[in-house]
Amino acid sequence: MELGHFLSAMTPFNIALALFGVIAGTIVGSIPGLTATMALAVLVPITFSMDPASALILLGAIYTGAIYGGAYAAILLNTPGTPSAIATTFDGYPMAKRGDGDLAVALACFASVFGGLVGAFALLLLAPPLSRVALAFGPIEYFWLSVFGLSLIASLSNGNLMKGLAGGAFGMILSTVGVAEISADIRLTFGSQVLIGGFGVVGALIGLYCIPVLIDLVAVPDRHLQVEDNVKSVRIGEAFRLAMRSKFNLIRSSIIGTLVGILPGAGGSVAGLVAYSEAKRTAKPHQRFGEGEPDGILATESANNATVGGGFIPTLVLGIPGTPPDAIVLGALLVQGVRTGPAMFTQSGSIVYTFIYGLLIATVLMLPAGLLIGRYAYKSIVTIPKAVLVPTVGFMTIIGTFSIRNSISDVIIMLCLGVFGWVVARFGFAASPIVLGLILGPIAEQGFVQGWIIGAATNNLVGMFFGRPISQAILAFTIITLILPVFLARKQHNSGMEAD
Amino acid sequence: MLRRSILKAGAALAIATSFATGANAELNGPVNYIIPFGPGGESDISARLQQPFFKEKFGQDMIVSYQPGGGGAVGWASLNGLNGDGQTMMGVNLPHIIIKPAQKDVGFATENLNTFYMFHYTPDAIVVPASSPYQTLADFVAYAKANPAQVTMSGSGKASANHLAQIKFDKMAGIQTTYVPFKGTGASVTALLGNQVKAQWGYTTVGAAQGDAVRMLAVAMDERHPLFPDVPTFKELGYDMTGGAYRGIALPNTASAETTKMWSDMIAEINADPEFRQKMLDGGFAMLDVNSDEMADFMAARAEEYLNDARAAGLIE
Repeated sequence: MELGHFLSAMTPFNIALALFGVIAGTIVGSIPGLTATMALAVLVPITFSMDPASALILLGAIYTGAIYGGAYAAILLNTPGTPSAIATTFDGYPMAKRGDGDLAVALACFASVFGGLVGAFALLLLAPPLSRVALAFGPIEYFWLSVFGLSLIASLSNGNLMKGLAGGAFGMILSTVGVAEISADIRLTFGSQVLIGGFGVVGALIGLYCIPVLIDLVAVPDRHLQVEDNVKSVRIGEAFRLAMRSKFNLIRSSIIGTLVGILPGAGGSVAGLVAYSEAKRTAKPHQRFGEGEPDGILATESANNATVGGGFIPTLVLGIPGTPPDAIVLGALLVQGVRTGPAMFTQSGSIVYTFIYGLLIATVLMLPAGLLIGRYAYKSIVTIPKAVLVPTVGFMTIIGTFSIRNSISDVIIMLCLGVFGWVVARFGFAASPIVLGLILGPIAEQGFVQGWIIGAATNNLVGMFFGRPISQAILAFTIITLILPVFLARKQHNSGMEAD
Repeated sequence: MLRRSILKAGAALAIATSFATGANAELNGPVNYIIPFGPGGESDISARLQQPFFKEKFGQDMIVSYQPGGGGAVGWASLNGLNGDGQTMMGVNLPHIIIKPAQKDVGFATENLNTFYMFHYTPDAIVVPASSPYQTLADFVAYAKANPAQVTMSGSGKASANHLAQIKFDKMAGIQTTYVPFKGTGASVTALLGNQVKAQWGYTTVGAAQGDAVRMLAVAMDERHPLFPDVPTFKELGYDMTGGAYRGIALPNTASAETTKMWSDMIAEINADPEFRQKMLDGGFAMLDVNSDEMADFMAARAEEYLNDARAAGLIE
């Protein structure tokens, strides 16, 4: 932890790696379908010839860049580039629609850097104690956490609770299609080989979010995004002021992101959603979440980048990868001959601390790199004529979906979901509850089945589901989330009556 | 049928001529090595360990990619549709490729997979947290006997190597434990370390990764693992149990016999490298050498054992 490790992270080679990694990661992350996992998997062999700390710095920089890059497509195309950016679409796209796309991209950059720094500092200073969080979460805690995640549908669907819940339920049913993760049963495939791999989250994201946008682009004559006539060249200052004004939101969201990142079964999408709904719950009266509220972007983007540092905590301390990209990093370390797991912090301390400082440097470098790439991405999306934009993005959706696992079935599923999403959107069903159900369904199912098996074996089903303190706390949060909107609506209704 | 025999005749002719002229199959550029699971598991890590040795010995890049889904079924069902020119191959796992098609139609049949080499296995092991009251396998068995079904054991997946090991050992020891399936070894270890379960059916690789945080009670090998000289084998303790999850590599079945032979020789060469063996052993793996000529017998023997065990346990019909 001393200065020596900081200096060894500061070599020109390591800084160049961090910069390259952040740029490469941002670009990969901005393309729907290309994920951080994929970028890391391809680049791992390059790191074999490096020393372990440099290898880790490169991989960590790509990872953190990719999580930020996911915001571009979310803001400019209403399509999360990575699952972590789902909640970024809620306010990012409305902002872009009304001509504030450049502001939204800059906000995302500030928030990502802030969240990334909080996560990395947690990794630097608090990793061993925080790693216990990962172990405190058993099957039942994951079950209740996913129920809590599903309850967020209530707060996310403005005035459309029933449609939101129906979408969530539909998503959960989709998640059961294919070979079941833990019971190995083959379900709801109707004998079709196309469905055996199930509905992948990334493919569903592309289908449900991007295809409807493309159909609408073709169906309406307007420009894709509003552009003000006097395009202000730089809105970085404005974004910075907005971010500073919402520092409590940033801090709260980053802490949520770090903690959720530590949980191996959750990930950036859950972190972003929890932080978003917390920001919305504590909103000031003038804030309109879901209609282009800057705080929505700040909450999601800080939380999802905080999961990077958070996810490395169980990876490095316990040898348990927090996310798929962490798993690749773990594999790369093993090839390098570095023993991860409990012994790593003590035996390979210099590698660990050099890496953590490298991650901090990469996160800081993301600020200039991200703002520059963001401006370029915004300009190109805004200025490209629709006749070029639609086929280009359409092509990318197919390539991106295919490349997830070289499966044409995934492309068919993606296109079908896309048309389905466009049709049901006419009837007021949003994509997000469906995707939320798809992501959280398997977590809930596994936790429930495992908890039930353990509870039944020990003759303590009630205690298993309701007796554990962390479960009780999550359950309490869930009830508050579900009751609060009803309560507020009634209060508003009553005060409206009085005014009459 | 006629077309296939013509093809076969053609292939045989091609082999004959290549032997006559001394020409052999060769690599043309980078090789795709598809892992039909997500990253971080035993299949991924052993492929990553092969990667630098392959580059060093044969001068070509080995690109590892992941095609998860259906517990490996998505990948294996697509394997024979890929180009059989020897530039693309896929990891295969036992017992998965035997049990899955026996359960239901999953789009592939065991005998249609052109598995050309099995290069290692991860021996089954009973793992407990360091703080566990079970110091020895005898403690564990005694407690489990006295408390039927009370001993919860995490493992990776259902009808998997871990699950079959649990069923087999329960029968041998005359005990009844409760198996709790998790998604992969990582999640199963997390449950163990968090004391969500009392023990784990894992592999020697868990002992290597977790070090002092866990204790292995016994390993399913013929002799003790060099990394764990103090951990007894099940055999020493009177249980005739050896085996685990076996991993190998397959080519699309359109690959020619000479391409298959070339790959079998190349993987054998990597497996023979002392440095590679040491890295694998340090990771807790156990080496295995079954080449393309020996594969049919090996598979038949494994299939008989797995299918009997799975049938006895009611996992397949």
